[in-house]
Amino acid sequence: MNKIFSLGIDVGSTTVKTVILDEAGNIIRSRYQRHFSKVRETVEEQLSEIAEEYSGCGFRLSITGSAGLGLANASGLPFVQEVFGAFIAVKNSYPDADVVIELGGEDAKIIFLTGGVEQRMNGSCAGGTGAFIDQMATLLGITTDELDRLALNAEKLYPIASRCGVFAKSDIQPLLNQGAKREDIAASIFQAVVDQTVSGLAQGREIKGKVLFLGGPLSFQKGLRKAFVNTLKLSDENAVFPENAPCFMAYGCALHAKDTCEPMPIDEITERLKNAEMKDDIITGQPLFGSKEEYESFVARHRQFDLKYADINNYAGEAYLGIDAGSTTTKLVLITPKGELLYQHYCSSMGRPLDIISSKLKDIYALTEDRVKIVSSAVTGYGEDLIKAGLGIDHGIVETVAHYKAASFFEPDVDFIIDIGGQDIKCFKIKNKAIDSIMLNEACSSGCGSFIQTFALAMGYDIAEFSQLGLFAERPVDLGSRCTVFMNSSVKQAQKDGASVEDISAGLSSSIIKNAVYKVIRAKSVDELGKHIVVQGGTFLNDAVLRSFELELGRNVVRPAIAGLMGAFGCALYAMEHKGEKSSIITAEQLEDFTYSAKQRTCGGCTAHCNLTVISFGDKTNGRKFISGNRCEKGAGIALTEEKLCLYDYKYNRLLSVTNEKPSSPKAKVGIPLCLGFYEQLPFWHRVFTDLGFEVIVSEESSRDIYYKGQHTIPSDTVCYPAKLAHGHILSLLERGADFIFYPCESYNIDEGQSDNHYNCPVVAYYPELLKANVNELNDENFLYPYIDINLEKHFAEVMSKSLAKYGVTKKDAKAVWSKGMEALRDYSRDLIAKGEEIIKKARERKMPIIVLAGRPYHIDPEINHGIQKLITGLGLAVITEDSVSHLADTPELTVLNQWTYHSRLYRAATYVTTQPDMQLVQLVSFGCGIDAITTDEVRSILESGGKLYTQLKIDEINNLGAAKIRLRSLVAAMAVD
Amino acid sequence: MSAVFTPEMKQTHTILIPDMLPIHFGLIMEIFRNNGYKMELLTTSTRSVVDEGLKHVHNDTCYPALLVIGQFIDALKSGKYDVNKVALLISQTGGGCRASNYIHLLRKALDEEFPQIPVLSLNFSGLEKDSGFKITAGMFLQMLYAVLYGDLMMSLYNTCRAYELNKGDSKAVLDKWRKKIAELFRNGGYRKTKKLYREILADFSQIKRTKEKKVRVGIVGEIYVKYSPLANNHLEDFLISEGCEPVVPAFLDFCLYCAVNTVNDGKIYNFSTKATKLFGIAYKLIYSMQKQMIKIVREHGEFDPPHDFEDLRTYADKYMHQGVKMGEGWLIPAEMAALAHGGVENIICTQPFGCLPNHIVAKGMSRVIKEAFPQANIVAVDYDPGATRVNQENRIKLMLANARKEI
Repeated sequence: MNKIFSLGIDVGSTTVKTVILDEAGNIIRSRYQRHFSKVRETVEEQLSEIAEEYSGCGFRLSITGSAGLGLANASGLPFVQEVFGAFIAVKNSYPDADVVIELGGEDAKIIFLTGGVEQRMNGSCAGGTGAFIDQMATLLGITTDELDRLALNAEKLYPIASRCGVFAKSDIQPLLNQGAKREDIAASIFQAVVDQTVSGLAQGREIKGKVLFLGGPLSFQKGLRKAFVNTLKLSDENAVFPENAPCFMAYGCALHAKDTCEPMPIDEITERLKNAEMKDDIITGQPLFGSKEEYESFVARHRQFDLKYADINNYAGEAYLGIDAGSTTTKLVLITPKGELLYQHYCSSMGRPLDIISSKLKDIYALTEDRVKIVSSAVTGYGEDLIKAGLGIDHGIVETVAHYKAASFFEPDVDFIIDIGGQDIKCFKIKNKAIDSIMLNEACSSGCGSFIQTFALAMGYDIAEFSQLGLFAERPVDLGSRCTVFMNSSVKQAQKDGASVEDISAGLSSSIIKNAVYKVIRAKSVDELGKHIVVQGGTFLNDAVLRSFELELGRNVVRPAIAGLMGAFGCALYAMEHKGEKSSIITAEQLEDFTYSAKQRTCGGCTAHCNLTVISFGDKTNGRKFISGNRCEKGAGIALTEEKLCLYDYKYNRLLSVTNEKPSSPKAKVGIPLCLGFYEQLPFWHRVFTDLGFEVIVSEESSRDIYYKGQHTIPSDTVCYPAKLAHGHILSLLERGADFIFYPCESYNIDEGQSDNHYNCPVVAYYPELLKANVNELNDENFLYPYIDINLEKHFAEVMSKSLAKYGVTKKDAKAVWSKGMEALRDYSRDLIAKGEEIIKKARERKMPIIVLAGRPYHIDPEINHGIQKLITGLGLAVITEDSVSHLADTPELTVLNQWTYHSRLYRAATYVTTQPDMQLVQLVSFGCGIDAITTDEVRSILESGGKLYTQLKIDEINNLGAAKIRLRSLVAAMAVD
Repeated sequence: MSAVFTPEMKQTHTILIPDMLPIHFGLIMEIFRNNGYKMELLTTSTRSVVDEGLKHVHNDTCYPALLVIGQFIDALKSGKYDVNKVALLISQTGGGCRASNYIHLLRKALDEEFPQIPVLSLNFSGLEKDSGFKITAGMFLQMLYAVLYGDLMMSLYNTCRAYELNKGDSKAVLDKWRKKIAELFRNGGYRKTKKLYREILADFSQIKRTKEKKVRVGIVGEIYVKYSPLANNHLEDFLISEGCEPVVPAFLDFCLYCAVNTVNDGKIYNFSTKATKLFGIAYKLIYSMQKQMIKIVREHGEFDPPHDFEDLRTYADKYMHQGVKMGEGWLIPAEMAALAHGGVENIICTQPFGCLPNHIVAKGMSRVIKEAFPQANIVAVDYDPGATRVNQENRIKLMLANARKEI
């Protein structure tokens, strides 16, 4: 060995970085290269370059990075954990830095250097930062560089869920479809990454001082940098973006090697890497097809389900137009009265459904000249309202209806339909020629269809090519099924372990199917599904996906050749059935001058503050406007004609009204946070404290700002949103000058005598403990959180007198107020029931169906329910709460342990609903509510065995209601058939 | 209603049990066998275990439920057992956590394909009384001994194998004692705890070990994920392979925790029932047995004794009220503090993804514990069917890199 250098190799999830140091520790060579999942090849390539340039030299070497781990283990070369590597590099180059933030393709990390060194990585649920930006760019049909340029010109930020990539995507998709500006969306995407990092990683520790930003996305994307600097309010000198940021970890790794590793000839290093036997712990499944013949007969079997075609270039006569403006793709068909296909189009929406459809319509007008008359038209999908308004489409129908129409055209006896589109998985059972039950995926498992496409593109294949690869894979890898963030990280791991593209392609297909079967359909046996199964949606055009589904079910299914166009085809069929005198569709001449522009504004109609997108259509005929993003008529500028029948609003106001009463000369001010259990027990505690001579101050009403206020003190990013809001409420109370905050821990809730036990869930029961431990401002003086079971008078008196001894409260005093508190609680409950009865009566007079919107007491918080009750009343239904009817039924026989007070009400409310012909139940579930994993199945079975539909709405910090709207409209459509 | 385990089935049916603590459960099984039950421990860990779990329970249910139920169904489908001559045993704690519902979820999962299979509840809080499966006072006592021996062996085995010079020595001693204790349960003599503890200690201390200083890593967390190698991706083995010493707190602490919670309930909420009295007596008895073991390990002087449960309670009081009794409740912060206090400053908190009590007792408490022990390195690791092993190991490696810096 002539000379000795130090070499650091950083093998990340998307790139390989190498840095070489001379003996003095100066960087003399560095490289950054994307590996496109060819991890070993790329490393070998870089090393052979180095071997050539530094032939005969020796290197002290170590490897780092998430993908480097396996490689280091297999080759027996030294490994240094990447955050630790970064730590070494920072200590060396920026000794005065206080905090380091590093975003990579997969992981996000933060290192606090001053005031107690601490290094953190994102939790499993928030992975895929860089990958997320890539995916979002693909969604918009642009490169990440273009995304970055767009972001710099943004005018407005939309709140986008920062929980994880899947949630963020669910938020962005509808924004795109509503026509929000791409610049604003781009900037919002970056902001979501920032919020995720700040809340998910910092977890209570403030990011201040000199902050160093590292990793690929942060060194290449200026928009992302800007968002970080603005959010953290950093001055220029405190926001450091090192020039060698992309290779920083490799640099740290080389430094580590320099100090700790023995030199080795370069040839030995390359040799070791070449000969490294990767440990084979990839879990694999069965091949999709055993032989070529098997595949051919499979293809032949599916070929029979096709439409007849007619030639648009010479066809003359009537035609029907169907449009499906889906979340990621736009589909359009034109059919003859005989159902022959004249024209079809399927493409990515790229956030511009209106542009695409109007241009295709122009295309149709041009092709048909004057031979064809569009008699009627219909549209469905996320973009339904916009397209209908913009292009004068005759009918807007809900997706489930469109899909059923289309499926029954191919298989009149269809009893089960599954549609896997880009964003959503929808399944419905058909009974007696009507939709009987609907299953939709929830936010967590959305985006599977488009994930496979994004992934194919990232690997450099188009989707068709990519799916073909999987057909004959010998050992499809198991990639899990929780969500695309988890799948993405499994893929990365499989690649590192040397899985082939073929095996990954097949593995992805099977993951998507498992997600649908295990998480959405949740049938225990195939027979439950039905005998005539039709599959549709663009994702099923992928033979590997189709085959995986048949294998998983052990049954053959029907896939129409136009699987991707079924929504549009169903619309066209619907349009045919509902044709009027003349179609209102935009004419060829009007289309020539068709223009539109979009503006953003915030609705001031109520506290929901909907983000509205106002689109003005500039066609000559009139200056029409279309407003989206609103929950109720107010936002759309429509005056209300009659009183809304909604118990939610009443309940919320009734609860808060108790605080109007105050004692004349209070002993002290007690603060009560408006969160979790207090949404029911406030009347009790208010009475108790007021009668003991305290003034009760309640925290300000929930809002997004309340959430942000406490965000930095939330230690667990996967806890439910109602709990997360508690942090802001505590801080709000401290600002309001409460002498002390009272928030008891309650293992036990009110005993309603209808359950095996009357627990609170662990989060509701003990959240005060968590607040005390994580909110700096709280201490033993200003925060009282005694353990109380409010059912027990004697115990209550004892605990309260002990807790409030300082204010001279005796056992006798406390005992005296207990029954009054209980009475106040009963009054509250009585009022609710009475108001509920009134609503039911009025609804029945108006022949209005009634929805029991069943959740927990805290679901009346407008920031938690996001105004879903308004969406429901907007659809012409009355809304009541679970606790206004749960006393009307006894607990049914259950197959689970019924031991939580709130949840026990759900079972009784559901039982009651099954006895009322004009009622349906919609269950509100907060994301992360583990208890509801148990209750939802049980409530579903109570409802279904009573002949009712089950609808679940999962809510989180996300406030986009697109998915909820589809579910509710599907419910309404199904109710109409009943 | 699902199938009932009749007294006759004791002769005809094999009872399958999930494998949470390999050493302990092996001994407990022996006790059941001696009492005339046929019993078998499931040790399968193939991917189909997870797949069956995903298929049969709601995917948002916690990972332990998914694994245990998946493992049962996978076994039933394996063809290895006569499904008409099999029963399943699952533990049930009866608290406010979802875990009390595992047995119901299992029955639900069996409903369709295996309605004939009886499901038995192993609990000490009077749930599911009507089954033909009875744990007598004698068996209960024997199980207690099994837990004590199990704890001692588990702890000594982990300590010794981290430092053993000849690979396999510790395993050999462990196997010897597993066999021997099982024999004593069969033929009598297992009550001579003092003598046996001393012999076990002596045997393990014979193992030739290196004097090298290694990073000691404590494992706390949700009870199943904490102990079960199937659930935690063989965490103890992984730590050994990384050159660390895994320190796994005793299972008896969890038993004491359950017992004392009932006593605490009486104190906190001002009531006294048969249960509070009974558990009060049981607590005192079990605690005295733990004290005896601690005393003997101390006398021997070579190994760390298990935590003293009363010390754990004192630790808990510093961070959290003992009223937090759902899931592993106050035991988790107590164990973290006890570990850190005993010099085991690197702590992995294992938890099923989305575990409800752990929001409060694990992630929620790590800040205050870090404040009290600035050197402590606590990492929460989520376990889930979709979470990748590399991801978990990388987080642990980060912790270890920090820890090694200190050595």
